[in-house]
Amino acid sequence: MSEIPVAGQPATGEGAALLSVDDVSIQFGGLKALDHVSFDVREGEILGLIGPNGAGKTTCFNVMTGVYQPTSGEVRFAGSPLGRRKRFAITRLGIARTFQNIRLFGNMTALENVLVGADAHHRTNVIDALFRSPRHRREEREGEETAREVMKFLGLERRADELARNLSYGEQRRLEIARAMATKPRLLCLDEPAAGFNPAEKAQLMDLIRRIRDRGLTVLLIEHDMSLVMGVSDRVAVLEFGRKIAEGVPAQIRNDPAVIAAYLGTEVDDLDDEEANL
Amino acid sequence: MSFLFNNFVELTVTGLVLGAVYGLVALGYTLVYGVLQLINFAHSEVWMFGSFAAVWVTVALGVAPGSAMPVVIGVLLLALLAAMTVSGGVALLLERVAYRRLIRLDAPKLVALISAIGASFALAEIMGLRDRVAGWIGLRDTLDPYVRSARDNTRFQNPLETEGLFTVGGYTVSNVDVIIIVSAVLMMVALDQFIRRTRTGRGIRAVAQDSEAAALMGVNRNRIIRATFLVGGIMAGAAALLYLMRFGVTRWNAGFLLGVKAFTAAVLGGIGNVRGALLGGFVLGLAENYGSALIGSEWRDVVAFLLLVVILLFRPTGLLGESLGRARA
Amino acid sequence: MSEPHIPLREGSTAGGVPASTVGQTDDMGRNRFGWDRLALSRRVTALPRPAKWALIGLFVVLLYLLPLLEIPILSTPDTDFGAVLFTVASYVLVALGLNVVLGYAGLLDLGYVGFYAVGAYTVAVLGSLQAQLSWWLLIPLAVVITTISGILLGAPTLRVRGDYLAIVTLGFGEIIRLTALNTEWLGAAKGITGVPRPPSVELFELPHLQWEGATAVIDLDDKTKFLVFGVADQAPYYWLALTVIFIVLGADRMLRLSRVGRAWEATREDEDAAELMGVPTFKFKLLAFACGAFIGGLSGALFASRQGFINPESFQLLLSILFVAAVVVGGAGNRWGVIMGAIVVAYLPERFRGFEEWRLLVFGMALLILANFRPQGLIPPRRTRRAQAVDEQLDALEEGTDRV
Repeated sequence: MSEIPVAGQPATGEGAALLSVDDVSIQFGGLKALDHVSFDVREGEILGLIGPNGAGKTTCFNVMTGVYQPTSGEVRFAGSPLGRRKRFAITRLGIARTFQNIRLFGNMTALENVLVGADAHHRTNVIDALFRSPRHRREEREGEETAREVMKFLGLERRADELARNLSYGEQRRLEIARAMATKPRLLCLDEPAAGFNPAEKAQLMDLIRRIRDRGLTVLLIEHDMSLVMGVSDRVAVLEFGRKIAEGVPAQIRNDPAVIAAYLGTEVDDLDDEEANL
Repeated sequence: MSFLFNNFVELTVTGLVLGAVYGLVALGYTLVYGVLQLINFAHSEVWMFGSFAAVWVTVALGVAPGSAMPVVIGVLLLALLAAMTVSGGVALLLERVAYRRLIRLDAPKLVALISAIGASFALAEIMGLRDRVAGWIGLRDTLDPYVRSARDNTRFQNPLETEGLFTVGGYTVSNVDVIIIVSAVLMMVALDQFIRRTRTGRGIRAVAQDSEAAALMGVNRNRIIRATFLVGGIMAGAAALLYLMRFGVTRWNAGFLLGVKAFTAAVLGGIGNVRGALLGGFVLGLAENYGSALIGSEWRDVVAFLLLVVILLFRPTGLLGESLGRARA
Repeated sequence: MSEPHIPLREGSTAGGVPASTVGQTDDMGRNRFGWDRLALSRRVTALPRPAKWALIGLFVVLLYLLPLLEIPILSTPDTDFGAVLFTVASYVLVALGLNVVLGYAGLLDLGYVGFYAVGAYTVAVLGSLQAQLSWWLLIPLAVVITTISGILLGAPTLRVRGDYLAIVTLGFGEIIRLTALNTEWLGAAKGITGVPRPPSVELFELPHLQWEGATAVIDLDDKTKFLVFGVADQAPYYWLALTVIFIVLGADRMLRLSRVGRAWEATREDEDAAELMGVPTFKFKLLAFACGAFIGGLSGALFASRQGFINPESFQLLLSILFVAAVVVGGAGNRWGVIMGAIVVAYLPERFRGFEEWRLLVFGMALLILANFRPQGLIPPRRTRRAQAVDEQLDALEEGTDRV
């Protein structure tokens, strides 16, 4: 779809912090999955979160989306702490995510999957639904418009009535993004969206991530694939063994000794192929 | 309240006796759940078939109470063997008919539960219709002592006469009480050792922990599943004879209630936990006895069900935790 | 019921959405043996609108006339056909309620008979034993009390994980029955007599048909008084239940095609993902429980006021299992499948009462066979059927999973 752009885009990085991870630690039994991790995701940027397997990237996601409570420290979104908010409440607040291993509602159609996302802000209850109240009709109309628009944006409009589990792998990945975007988030967290993609598909994905940012969303990206992260992110944070070892624009990260050491001393760029195969 | 204190020893001993039976039946639920994460709803019928096998042995041999001790012991051992064989066989049949296909297809748990419920109905009804079935194959008269009044209570003539051994707190503990509690504990120890020490036992633990990894390491999963059903069935067979020695009567539909209670015992002890099963059985037996002494015997089953509900709500992993896979050798 | 020819979403509100995948349903309706399993429904859907409505109307009228027609092969020789039809109708009602809990929200409730019992006991206790309230007051009261009991029961139990929920609900179902059995205030073992019947209005009489071979004659000696809720002629109870079923079906459809229905389905499919997509899953599970309790209680209330007499024996655990079987046999999640399942489970044993002692054996075996060889039920949800058709196509093509 588009040529692979030159790495190292001008860092926007000037926006205020939309999400702040502040000195977060989390412990499972004897294992410290996150150890005093702090970083900010700034409004309007694409932040890449990388690190070797088991570095705590997905745990970090889970803390941000309310799946786990941090043992200490806190996560703030748009200035207010997440505290003990329920997971669905955090989604309503404006954080949406996709899953590393696709978790769609397999026996619902693609459109219905996205509608569930759009329903995050709806308030239709049993009485509304039974009597087809104005609220129900307004929300159905609004939900379907949102869903169709988001699906069109992701090139899924022709698959709307297909069951989610009958979609191709690539389509399922995009449907997950569509479902998350339908919740109208301010921050979209993508958990290894390129897993299992070939180079051409990765290039398309990079383009897509940029277009998502251009719609005004802030993107947090967990990815194994170095060229993708380096190519698309405005800034990158690196985790290793639950600790943040580096943070900065891709050019800095590429030459950061700690990062190179973390990746077994190999040149970061050499890892692309290996990582892609994981 | 005073009834509870005046009969405390009796309530405790009979509670333990009852609990021993629950615990042995609970093993079947615990083992299958540990390995397959499925509730084997039809396990109660495995126990029920074992109880009839034991009854039939005594009917066939026709030994009157008060016979010479070697005869009594021989008859009881034969009855035990028959009960274990029949229960083990029914458990294997169950695995074959109700589960194997669904396990292979990796069907949803709900479907497996429905399948087991169907099997449970069919097995109980076959026993309830055994006179008709015998009539079909033309053996109604020959088999009369075994199949008559199929829908009524069937009595077990215990060849061993109940004798008091010693008296504590106003209750005379009988030889049968002691036999039941001691055998249950012994069987539990034997099973525990079997799971810890033998090759099959290691296989069971491996499959319980990570079925796929076990398969990759060369464990024959299907064989292990069959072994699990068989072991659970054998224990239920033993429980059936012990139950009859104390309570003396069985019935085509006696399995259901006992099954639910045994399952409660398994959950109490921590489902998937072999040692927990017996502990859960004892706790449940005692709770039932004390509870019915306190608020009336008609509430006995309610006490059991309430205990089940409360445990699941507040400590769903049971008293000892769920750990068939984590048991270390 | 209908497989839309053009795969537009049912009840789609946005007008003018281009149907981009015309013809796909057609391909998928045919399996690899070339047998078109959707032919009938497609032919019905293809009819012009007025013809379709006329057909549906005719079918509804036929359903209402069923007890008067006395069709020879359908009618039950050993019991009053009206009574059998009422039994079938009340099973259908219960199955529709359980379908919300089990089919839509995916919660296995093995104690559903408990709600049925609460509804029945409310009517009996407050209508006869402890008070003499009017029937018009009793029915809403029964429904409200059952719904509240559903919420009270659901609030703690719905936190329990999937298969444990089955056992907890089973336990609660038994607790409810045993409580009724042991409580004098609730009539204990002897039960409650004189449960109020629905108020009668005698308007006119309807004659039954009588069949001689293939010809029917109107039998003027056998008449049903419209609308007298008596003991002998049970057809009016059937009409009442049938009417309630239509109302419930309408409500079911409204919920299904709304945020509520989608939230239930999403919860069933993947609870964690649903929660992270903004669905308050606990609230919706509780709602499903409450809706199920509502319908179950209504059904129990109707049962009690037809029976005139209830005791704890009427609410055995067996009934819960039969209800679950009705839902699963038909195809959980598909309301037409569920209705079919309820009819099978309720009607067949009544039709073949001569084989009464064998029926549970046959039932158990049928359940076993069905679970093993037809795990989606007799009529699986529309979507499952479509997915299956695709799977079959893929098998036939022996290609990968990517079929763009």
